[in-house]
Amino acid sequence: MAKALLSIESVSRRFGGLLAVNHVSLAAPTGRITALIGPNGAGKTTLFALISGFLAPTEGSIHYGGEPITTLPAHERARRGIARTFQIVQPFSGLSVRDNIVVGAHLHHPTRAAALDLADAIGRELGLGAMLDRPADTLTVAGRKRLELARALATKPKLLLLDEVLAGLNPTEIREMVPLVRGLCGRGITIIMIEHVMQAVMSLSEHVFVLAEGCIIAEGTPAAVAADPGVIEAYLGHGAAKKWGAPHVQ
Amino acid sequence: MKPLACMLTFIIALAAVPLVVQSNTALNFLITALLIALVGQGWNILGGYGGQYSFGHAAFFGTGAYVTAILQVRYSVNAWPGFLAGVTAGASMGAIIGALTFRAGIRGSYFALVTLAFAEVLRILASVAPITGAGVGTLIKLDLRASALQFQSRAVFYWVILALVAVSLLIAYALERTRFGAWLIAVRENEDAATALGVNAFKVKLGAMTISAAVTAAAGCFYAQYFLFIDSGIAYGTRMSVEALLTPIIGGSGTVFGPLLGALVVKSLSEVAIWVAGDAPGLNLIVYGCVLILVIAFAPRGLVGLLGGLKTHLARSRLLKDAANG
Repeated sequence: MAKALLSIESVSRRFGGLLAVNHVSLAAPTGRITALIGPNGAGKTTLFALISGFLAPTEGSIHYGGEPITTLPAHERARRGIARTFQIVQPFSGLSVRDNIVVGAHLHHPTRAAALDLADAIGRELGLGAMLDRPADTLTVAGRKRLELARALATKPKLLLLDEVLAGLNPTEIREMVPLVRGLCGRGITIIMIEHVMQAVMSLSEHVFVLAEGCIIAEGTPAAVAADPGVIEAYLGHGAAKKWGAPHVQ
Repeated sequence: MKPLACMLTFIIALAAVPLVVQSNTALNFLITALLIALVGQGWNILGGYGGQYSFGHAAFFGTGAYVTAILQVRYSVNAWPGFLAGVTAGASMGAIIGALTFRAGIRGSYFALVTLAFAEVLRILASVAPITGAGVGTLIKLDLRASALQFQSRAVFYWVILALVAVSLLIAYALERTRFGAWLIAVRENEDAATALGVNAFKVKLGAMTISAAVTAAAGCFYAQYFLFIDSGIAYGTRMSVEALLTPIIGGSGTVFGPLLGALVVKSLSEVAIWVAGDAPGLNLIVYGCVLILVIAFAPRGLVGLLGGLKTHLARSRLLKDAANG
């Protein structure tokens, strides 16, 4: 396994009586796509919030590029190269598509001219070229997902956290988006993706972590994880593996 | 025409007004309108571009006015450095209130209430503290010399306030074209999304509040020099806070010319109302209320937004006509 860009050691996050993330440890190898799957409410988005600094862990530590970042504020983590997209897209709806991307581009480009150039280039690369002057709130769901990705890319991330970028897209849009994500990985960006579309998880990632009720219950290649009886039970309920489960259980 | 050239032409045209209009009443009207435009532009930097709706900009106006006045009256400081000290004090007041409220994560209507509370506390302090002249207020000695920042001719006062407004327009113009401005607007639109893109929202809001307070404080300093009298009600009263937010909202908040346009319209309407109905107390507030209702109902993006909408509407109908002909 390649050297890990991000490693999480026994991280927990408690909301009052609820332990949303329970002693989770995982590592994301540099230059690969790691997938994070699990049923609704498993704590996947909370885990992303902990990695990106929007929430502080109750315990545990997070290392990025070999350095501890557990106590760094979110904007400082973005500066160091951790970008995230939001599950519920958060466009700057009053601004044009171009100005949305410019905000991200400004992180490493102080002048407006340079930020505009980068924003245009990224917008075209992600297929938003014709929509750069449109207000962001006139985009379709697929367009907004692309915008979310474009803004994150404009910050020149080393680690990209994709929170369900395929959710809400139709099969054609998913087919267009998958090579886009693969292309990012090809450029050397390490990716961790939360995804429910298994077809995409199977084709994109080499390593999958399964989170259920705040704990990692399985990890491995997509095929191995999909056949894991524990995972099937987590998704479909107790006894499900026996009933309908993977061939090797029967 | 380029926006910057457009702005310069506009300022030069305004600067030429006293050469044509000699009436003191007219100049007085323009000076107070520009004064309110400056107060409003200060608010616009934080509220219009940054989305932080302050109800207490009187805190900065009053601090600028009092510091300028007190330094001259009690410490015999020259008016020019006194003016600068007033602006600095106002900016510091903005930084302090900003640091306290933003650090505590106060947003939206809570921010509005907290800023209002700060201004009210300052008003009450100023109405009892001996150094401000308490209930009597502070009177600056009449000394009509340029070295004392007082002028025989209203035209010169007019040019001074116009220059200050020009600087404030340039600040707003710069906000639309710099990284700081882009980040500030991003924070207004969605603070979490901005943070995820590496924007230090606390620092950006604090910076905006400091600049905003400095601009509004400059208006306070000018007020003290022009009217030579302030008391706690004038300096820290809610009336100034209300005018600070009304003018940009009516003119178009988050736009360069919104506060100036709003101030000219609001002041004109007040004058007309006084001319029609006589100087009934509270009449200007009734006018403000009516204008605000009309603007929110029919032009939620302000008068500048209304004009912009008209422009795109015309462009669209021209396109349609071309399509029909061609």
